[in-house]
Amino acid sequence: MKARHISSLLFLLGLGLLLISIFQNLPYSNNLTGIGANINAQAPQQVGTANIVTSVILAYRGLDTLGELLILFTASIAAGMVLAYNPDELTDSVLGKQQQQPAGFILQTAADLLMPFLLITGMYIILHGHITPGGGFQGGAILAAAFFIPLLTLPGKRMDYQLGSLLEALAGISFISIGLIALFWKGQFLAPLGEPGVPGALLSAGSLPLLYLATGIKVGAELANLLARLRDA
Amino acid sequence: MIFWLALLTISILLVAAAGVVLLRNPLSAVVASGIVSLALSVMFVILRAPDVAMAEAIVGAGLSGVIFALALRRVGLWDVSAEIKHAASSPSSQAPIRNKQSTE
Repeated sequence: MKARHISSLLFLLGLGLLLISIFQNLPYSNNLTGIGANINAQAPQQVGTANIVTSVILAYRGLDTLGELLILFTASIAAGMVLAYNPDELTDSVLGKQQQQPAGFILQTAADLLMPFLLITGMYIILHGHITPGGGFQGGAILAAAFFIPLLTLPGKRMDYQLGSLLEALAGISFISIGLIALFWKGQFLAPLGEPGVPGALLSAGSLPLLYLATGIKVGAELANLLARLRDA
Repeated sequence: MIFWLALLTISILLVAAAGVVLLRNPLSAVVASGIVSLALSVMFVILRAPDVAMAEAIVGAGLSGVIFALALRRVGLWDVSAEIKHAASSPSSQAPIRNKQSTE
């Protein structure tokens, strides 16, 4: 038991006590500032989303979401630069030979069974982001997992990095161009376009589902590329 | 009811977090950190934030665990006991430290 362990455990203990005390004193359904109540009351009519979180993420705070995408993009670029390698060098090394071994039966069967369900779940979460909890980031991460799991079972197979980068670039460009169209049409960057529609309908909330689709494809392609690079590294 | 559920979740979270610090095997520590994220996502559901809970479950328990595990393999700390036995049986692949610089 080193001093480092003891200090970490003390920190954990304090954090746990804090969490418990916060949870006991949490003011449930009491309005602290009034902003939440206003957004809850006005967002379904103004933006047309049944999921209020989506109206905040894409309509009221669209620029923050663009910044979040930028952070993820920068992190992925940095990781890709660190992990960049020469493919010819890898096949000659010990690592290359070890990776040629086929995966086990359980992993192969599970990957074959899981991939279509993961794809459907990811697309569902992205496309229903304005109705149910979830959205582009969550669905995109599931899509990345769906494309990464088959790579685990095929050790010799290389991922098509060019296709992933192309998809990611197209999705990023379309996100920004929707924002620019809103800038010229409505005078505000990333303002929601189109009719709000009926909250809860699949075709509602104007351009927000398109923004979430772009977000999902961008996050999915980015994370799948990153995971495949990490696997090959 | 909800208090006891939260208490159970927090205790699982704290035990798993203690496991991250105390477990000797780095791979076990990664798994324990995934359990921390999973318990935290249950906590977010109790606190009525399903969006955050989804992000925490997918990114915290799923993707970051995979990224940590792959990074462990890259720096040579991936020691599952089965793999050590395998490396001992076949002398051709006895390089637990998978460092590209060392093979060159």
